[in-house]
Amino acid sequence: MAIRTQPVSINIGPQHPSTHGVFRLRVTFDGEVIIGLEPIFGYLHRGKEKLAEARTYTQFIPITDRADYLASMSNNWGYCLAVERLAGIELPERAEYIRVLVGEMMRISNHLMAVGFFLNDCGAFFTPLLYMYREREKLLDLFDMLCGQRLNYNYMRIGGVSQDLPVEFLPALKKFVQEMPGYIDEYEQLLTTNEILLARSKGVGVLSPEQAVNASVSGPVLRACGVEWDIRRADPYSIYPQLEFDIPTGIQGDTYDRFYLRIQEMRQSVRILQQAITGIEQLPHGVYRAHVLSLVRPPKGEVYSRIESPKGELGYYIVSDGGVSPWRCRMRGPSQLNLTALRDMVLGWKLADLIIILGSIDIVMGEVDR
Amino acid sequence: MTQPLSGKEVVARIQKQVPGAVLLADHGCIWVRPVTVAQVAQYLKEAPGMEMDYLNNLTAADYLDYLEVVYHLSSLKRNHSLTLKVQCWGPEEPEVPSVFHLWQGADLQERECYDMFGVRFVDHPNLKRILFWEGFEGHVLRKEYTG
Amino acid sequence: MDWLHWLFYVGVILGAVPVMVMAFIWLERRGLGRLQLRPGPNRAGPFGILQPVADAIKVLTKEDIVPVAGDHWVHFVAPLVVFAPAMLVFTVIPFQEDGGLVRGLVPDLNIGILYIVAVSSISTIGVFMAAWGSNNKYSLISAFRSMAQVVSYEIPLALAILGVVLAAGTMSLTGIVQAQAVPFIVMQPLGFIIFFIAATAELNRTPFDLMEAESEMVAGYHIEYSGMKFALFYLAEYAYTVGISAIAATLFLGGWKAPWGVGPQVGVLWLVVKILLVFMVILWIRGTFPRVRVDQLMGFAWKFLFPLSLINIFIIAAESLAWPGLPWWLLFPNTAIALVLVVVWSGLFRLGGGRVQV
Repeated sequence: MAIRTQPVSINIGPQHPSTHGVFRLRVTFDGEVIIGLEPIFGYLHRGKEKLAEARTYTQFIPITDRADYLASMSNNWGYCLAVERLAGIELPERAEYIRVLVGEMMRISNHLMAVGFFLNDCGAFFTPLLYMYREREKLLDLFDMLCGQRLNYNYMRIGGVSQDLPVEFLPALKKFVQEMPGYIDEYEQLLTTNEILLARSKGVGVLSPEQAVNASVSGPVLRACGVEWDIRRADPYSIYPQLEFDIPTGIQGDTYDRFYLRIQEMRQSVRILQQAITGIEQLPHGVYRAHVLSLVRPPKGEVYSRIESPKGELGYYIVSDGGVSPWRCRMRGPSQLNLTALRDMVLGWKLADLIIILGSIDIVMGEVDR
Repeated sequence: MTQPLSGKEVVARIQKQVPGAVLLADHGCIWVRPVTVAQVAQYLKEAPGMEMDYLNNLTAADYLDYLEVVYHLSSLKRNHSLTLKVQCWGPEEPEVPSVFHLWQGADLQERECYDMFGVRFVDHPNLKRILFWEGFEGHVLRKEYTG
Repeated sequence: MDWLHWLFYVGVILGAVPVMVMAFIWLERRGLGRLQLRPGPNRAGPFGILQPVADAIKVLTKEDIVPVAGDHWVHFVAPLVVFAPAMLVFTVIPFQEDGGLVRGLVPDLNIGILYIVAVSSISTIGVFMAAWGSNNKYSLISAFRSMAQVVSYEIPLALAILGVVLAAGTMSLTGIVQAQAVPFIVMQPLGFIIFFIAATAELNRTPFDLMEAESEMVAGYHIEYSGMKFALFYLAEYAYTVGISAIAATLFLGGWKAPWGVGPQVGVLWLVVKILLVFMVILWIRGTFPRVRVDQLMGFAWKFLFPLSLINIFIIAAESLAWPGLPWWLLFPNTAIALVLVVVWSGLFRLGGGRVQV
């Protein structure tokens, strides 16, 4: 005799420890197996794009901080770069170096959080996460030294950065860069070859390269599928053409590849930091900002400019009507578009897999909902 | 470096395939008629030498008289890019064919575009509000919406 | 003076176990803190030792929330059903040898270990009651998981205990302790591994903490509980952990027996030290391992633990027949067999299923 069964639908979120913010998933289960999934957005929508239209170009910078609040420096950068391209502003070399420095520090900091929370989602009760926090704390101290803020930096300005590096910054960063490879080794020793982690994450949430490209996935999630696509290489900005670094790629495109890829990217970021430190030491102090009026008025026109933020392609589409504030400012948040492929990845997997697949995408709701 | 395709050259090729689709062309940018968007997009995605396999960004902008839907396309294989634009004059909620069946990446972006500007993407399988709730009145990123 | 004995030991167990549980909660939080590069609770009292007390006061004064749509009576009774068996386990644990200061409530119960296996299964019913009474989908999924988990892991657990019973020739815990001239952890390493893993699963501790699974089920079956009822679940969980540690110490580590004959008069202290040892290992695992998935959990029980525990029983039975009394040198072949079996067997099966077509 067949037992009558019935699918159950459950709301995961908006208040749930593993949705990385106020994100809601309406999931339909057949037992533990997911047979339907509908992501529901908007709980953290703050209308940033509308706010931009009511602010001057400079006033919008602190709001970009709040988009991807785990990588606010990259958001600053993406926005400032877009406005600079629109207005045709050339940056002094020192400013470019400082931007690369903070950008790569931000990438390490973001990946630490991503890897830590991924392991936490796998059920490793906070231990790996708190190991990651140890180094992230050092990075936040460095940022604090730089601009007096630990999370929302508001450090970059159109045409450069808000202030020069303080004297004690470079020695501290050098020390960090020296120690970091050892710490990354430690992370790899923590759990990368753990039998349970391999059983949990290998082959789970596989995304094929074609699917990933078709779904506009970017960043580590795209590279984990084996697509060697990094905007720092493909569409270089700032001084990245002068720097040497590799683009690590994954093989299978599963959650494990995404996790491990982030660890490898941290190594590359450390490499970039080393080169940038050597470079910036030869530059004169004090020239950290181009001559730009504080009320920037880019000429009439539009620009779509993108950078490789830690989470993927962070694009800004800005339309200027020649006035003091953008006519239209669109943020292309990588977190949001990486979620496009979520449904294809999780269908047929179980509840526990949904959590780690979501964790491996590394989303920040501030950027998804904007 | 990603090379923006020259709009003029692209136009010549598109005109052969989809006659009368392109209205205007600029450097790295073409304007097409709303009803032909899906056809043009399909051509751009599949034609050899184009292979626009990646939809970077899909959004719109309100220019008071008309809405403009903007598609930023690029090719990962050939590393070039093209901007596709559609001007929607006319009705309150203009209709534009969806490109969802070509790029899955359009899914959330078209929904957002609908939510924020009220552009109806025909053939989108799940076109409903994304950031605002069902039943919300108005489209906030339009200039006429002042809160 | 029979009634005095009962009164005394009931008092001892009711008093000592919660105190010990609170001490262990403190220990776990501090220990976990050390593992996680943080100090742990260190504000209330010296070394934060009063933290459990502060927590208890907080929990007692909290509002008790009962879900409107839930089943009130089931919701009310569930914490008690979970908590009582955890305390009942301690009644048969022998604290010390005959003639010692404290012996235990009924340490000579001739079916001691059977009693423990039976009593500890009751708490599952409490878990399911809690989930049902809460009328919450998360709770219910967690309870389903818990049922499947306990039913599967009870078998290898009981079979591993059976090995000990075979070797000792008795089910009385006192008898089992006395039979351990060499602790059974050395004589039956395979049995101990199976017992320990299955016990961890029974306790719902990492890596088998699927029913509480913070990142998935939020809090699992006690998601709708607050105040004192929640505290009872919390206490029961730790009391049960201490209980299982005590059973492991008694069955495999020689119970009250003093190692190398040091201080046999204070056997109860040795027991506490051994309980602590087992507890620390469980804590260590909690601070280290990720969680398994539900199908992997079942696969692990049925494909790995169950066959190995059967093999274990056959080996112990054959050895008991061939060399009655199990001479100490058997530890060498037994250790070798355990190593080979664990290594070879883990390569033989696939853990859990993959993607389901939907």
